Amino acid sequence: MANKESFGRTLLVAAVLCLVCSVVVSTAAVMLRPAQQFNKDLDRKSNILAAAGLMEEGGDVEALFAGVTSRVVDLETGKFTDAVALDTYDQRKASKSPELSDAIPDDLDKAKISRRVKYAVVYLIENDQGVETVILPIKGYGLWSTLYGFVALDGDFNTVAGIGFYEHAETPGLGGEVDNPNWKASWVGKKVYPGGDASEPALSVIKGKVNLERAEAIYQIDGLSGATLTSRGVHNLIQYWMGAEGFSPFLGNLRAGEA
Amino acid sequence: MTDKTKDILFRPVFADNPIALQILGICSALAVTGQMSVSLVMCIALTTVTAFSNLFISIVRNQIPSSIRIIVQMTIIASLVIVVDQLLKAYAYEISKQLSVFVGLIITNCIVMGRAEAFAMKNPPLPSFLDGVGNGLGYSVILMTLAFVRELFGSGSLFGMQVLPLATEGGWYIPNGMLLLPPSAFFLIGGFIWVLRTFKKEQVEAVEYPMAPNTVGGHAAGEAA
Repeated sequence: MANKESFGRTLLVAAVLCLVCSVVVSTAAVMLRPAQQFNKDLDRKSNILAAAGLMEEGGDVEALFAGVTSRVVDLETGKFTDAVALDTYDQRKASKSPELSDAIPDDLDKAKISRRVKYAVVYLIENDQGVETVILPIKGYGLWSTLYGFVALDGDFNTVAGIGFYEHAETPGLGGEVDNPNWKASWVGKKVYPGGDASEPALSVIKGKVNLERAEAIYQIDGLSGATLTSRGVHNLIQYWMGAEGFSPFLGNLRAGEA
Repeated sequence: MTDKTKDILFRPVFADNPIALQILGICSALAVTGQMSVSLVMCIALTTVTAFSNLFISIVRNQIPSSIRIIVQMTIIASLVIVVDQLLKAYAYEISKQLSVFVGLIITNCIVMGRAEAFAMKNPPLPSFLDGVGNGLGYSVILMTLAFVRELFGSGSLFGMQVLPLATEGGWYIPNGMLLLPPSAFFLIGGFIWVLRTFKKEQVEAVEYPMAPNTVGGHAAGEAA
């Protein structure tokens, strides 16, 4: 056997090692891809269902999701579009691509997200009377991180049916309380637009507790105690996505039956 | 089990603990100990990687040219970590999301590298494997202890099961928010080391330099000014 410290021997060992390791790694990646993709889909679906308040403990996500239709909306016109294919479109990626998103002017960038996608994927739950629930993707900057979530509205396109954030890195115990089920439940039944058909949202997260005796309480959510900046972030992102730059034109079209 | 294998397997748990005595692998001990279930998966992942990287490195140790031995070790470790990461993503998706980058960072965990270089390069495969398991166990003991304290007092639960009813949900326990933040693990590790060294005095390091008065070359530093 040649000296193991020789030049040729070193190259040989390196080459064989790289070959063996790359085969192992790529085999694992390829074999496990279907299972990973399945998990990713399941995770996304359960987030959507959780936002709509449809998620049941131990429920079958696939079965529950069967009643949900996914559609692409052009945020500029507020109408459904087929400009991008649903199964290949990745909204997260699109928000970074210059072709599929636009820079938001500073004065309009309430949610501090700097780019807005041209097309958003929304989810509809329909019954015989038409749309029962519409689930809209939302995101915005809190204190430390971008919060990603969904907000669900009832068939009047004004009453909140649920809200949920599936990804954020806010302080546990303070801003992290956006995941608190009690706080999320306090959103349900609140109204977004004054009069039901205005184009600018009134829904806000206020500092402190909502005074339930006042008329505007129906548009107000308790701020999270000890998390002023996260609460403000959630307020801003709701204002942005429910406003003219966000889903307001789309919701207007839905109300008029023209989407 | 002979005394020698027992020694290889259990010495790293208390007598020669990688975190408490060698102060290695601290970063993941801070990051993933907020919840017991997450810590447990991290411990299993690290133990698996340490054991198998030791095994494979030991098998090929006689073929490895010493000039590229660290790169060879890294390649084997990195491949194992990627496989473990892929497995977690496929079969424990929720937890892999919470562990996020820390599974990937096992590659740079000093315990894995340390055992590969210090033990597996010199010893036969079976003892190397056991040494990896042992060091993984030592790491696990600390992580699980930290996670136990942090989850119990930080969120009032153990393995996600509510033990202390929280005040926010109608109970009496007001959780200690600091324990949910990574720095709290520093205090707990410090406490653990203190307790361990109280019982095992031989772990207290000899003082390298005794505390010297402020003098330079016979003059008191104050006089120079």
